[in-house]
Amino acid sequence: MGTFILIVPAVIFMLLFFIYPFLYGLVLSFQPAQGDWLANYAKFFADSHLWRTLNTTFNLALPVTIINVALALPIAFRMRHKSRYQRWVTTILVVPITLGTVLIAEGMLAYLGPKGWLSQALQFVHLYDGPIRLTHNYWGVLLSLVISGFPFAFLLILSYITGIDPVLERAAATLGASPWNRFRHIYLPLLAPGLAITFCLAFVQAFSVFPSAVLVGAPAGSTRVISLAAYEAAFEQYDYPMASAVAMIMGFAQLAVVVAVLALRRGFYRGPVAGGKG
Amino acid sequence: MSFNELQLKGVSRHFANPAGARVLALSELTVTVPRGEFVALLGPSGCGKTTALNCIAGLLPLSSGSIWLDELRIDVLPSEKRGFGMVFQNYALFPHMTVRRNVGFGLRMRGVATAQAERRVTRALELVQLTGHEDKLPGQLSGGQQQRVALARAIVIEPPLVLMDEPLSNLDAKLRLEMRAEIRRIHRELGRATIYVTHDQDEALSLADRIIVMQDGVVQQIAVPAEIYAQPANLDVARFMGYRNVLELDVMQASGSAVVVGRDGLRLEGVAKQPVRRRAVAAIRPEDFMVEESTVNLIDGRIEAVEYCGRDSLVDVRTASGVLLHARMPASAALGEAVRISVPPERVLVYPAAAA
Repeated sequence: MGTFILIVPAVIFMLLFFIYPFLYGLVLSFQPAQGDWLANYAKFFADSHLWRTLNTTFNLALPVTIINVALALPIAFRMRHKSRYQRWVTTILVVPITLGTVLIAEGMLAYLGPKGWLSQALQFVHLYDGPIRLTHNYWGVLLSLVISGFPFAFLLILSYITGIDPVLERAAATLGASPWNRFRHIYLPLLAPGLAITFCLAFVQAFSVFPSAVLVGAPAGSTRVISLAAYEAAFEQYDYPMASAVAMIMGFAQLAVVVAVLALRRGFYRGPVAGGKG
Repeated sequence: MSFNELQLKGVSRHFANPAGARVLALSELTVTVPRGEFVALLGPSGCGKTTALNCIAGLLPLSSGSIWLDELRIDVLPSEKRGFGMVFQNYALFPHMTVRRNVGFGLRMRGVATAQAERRVTRALELVQLTGHEDKLPGQLSGGQQQRVALARAIVIEPPLVLMDEPLSNLDAKLRLEMRAEIRRIHRELGRATIYVTHDQDEALSLADRIIVMQDGVVQQIAVPAEIYAQPANLDVARFMGYRNVLELDVMQASGSAVVVGRDGLRLEGVAKQPVRRRAVAAIRPEDFMVEESTVNLIDGRIEAVEYCGRDSLVDVRTASGVLLHARMPASAALGEAVRISVPPERVLVYPAAAA
């Protein structure tokens, strides 16, 4: 009884702010403005203007997630020992998390736009005289998602790595394991479950991209992501049931990837990451 | 890999403390360990013994000095190139590998052929009596079993030198005694050198051929266990080796090493371990006091506290002049009883008083 009371606030919060809106949206998506109950979903998968957003979003979110995790892993690995510069580097790497996508987009436009500093600098030294297109296209959004998503992946992986008892690596060294083998046989297997979780969270974050797709992307073309389709349905066509259906499809696409990755994770060792009885 | 001796020449290691000052963790350790010898590094925590072990293992760089395996200088090699087996205090077993893979890890890193590696792992597990547990994960083993896996993993690579960092400190008292015998047996069977770090004097006395006593990063004494036990080189070593009675006294007579010290009616004949001048410190073990009548070093007192230990009791005796002595006495000793105890002069070790 006592423990039950303790979870009541959390349950109420979940019901009010997650379960109810979710179920409301789900039901709404089956009540289209016209046609039978599946009409919204049928429309989504029939209209190339709509279903292509799914591809577009995957094409952005998957590479971004892979880049973020692949970039964060070696850097976090280098930062695993407490040192004087560990705190500084961590702070610098994490700053973008506090900026928000809009600020990042503004910065990118100033630095990387056709008349930005990078372009001017390159032209000034005659390194590359052609136009540099790093904004208002696919690359702009990709870059923006890497900038905002990397700190997140880095922090998560860093916490997983520092959780692994460093004495294991020392033991491996005394047994003749080179630095690469220590990473490959000790750190990587113990990190795998954490990497899977990081991948899932980073993917979900990237998949729901919205502001940067508009600000530094090409929202009518190569970066017309699925959240834009939902936004248009809701606030340009005022078709809430359709918007709900798009949101549901988006949710299930994310869920599918998360489930797939977590299923893979079942194959990894998931026990304690310390070497002894502690 | 066979060798005749491991030589440490002036091995030192210092750290920078948070304030940036240099802290000496290990100062000028020089010792030669021949093949087959069991050496214990003994000292209180923070005395530099683990630092010394890590320096030998290659887990810490030396600040100065060198380490040699016969003619080969090894302190310049990284840990993975030294090929020493090491047993860590918390075992450091790889939690995601089975017992077999843990033990076989070193062989795998050396590229030993699978069939041969398999045979050697099986033999190592036999040696530590863990046959039948090959496919368990470390988390499924008891502390004693984990300890055995760690031992098997360190010796399966047939290292010239086995390093052990307080390997028994996480075990209960009974298991500790069993593993002690086990470690001694394995050391004899392999006939290689072992360097064993411990803060437990009993462990060092029972296991080692030779003991290095350390304090504040400095070697205090290197000697065989019997000598360390009976003839501590200085007061620090004596204190650490169980000389619980440390009495500050005045030197009354001195001729060679035979001295008489005393104060306030207490008069003790003893042996000076270092030249003494006017003031000295006498160190006596509780177990060296006797109740039987003797003609020298008689002390009258009253029993103030009794700690019953089964075979005998550890008692606090307050002398007539008010000095408190710790002594082992027959279990019949009773609180408040007046006693006359004595101690043989050769068991009263006299050291110069600390210059304070």
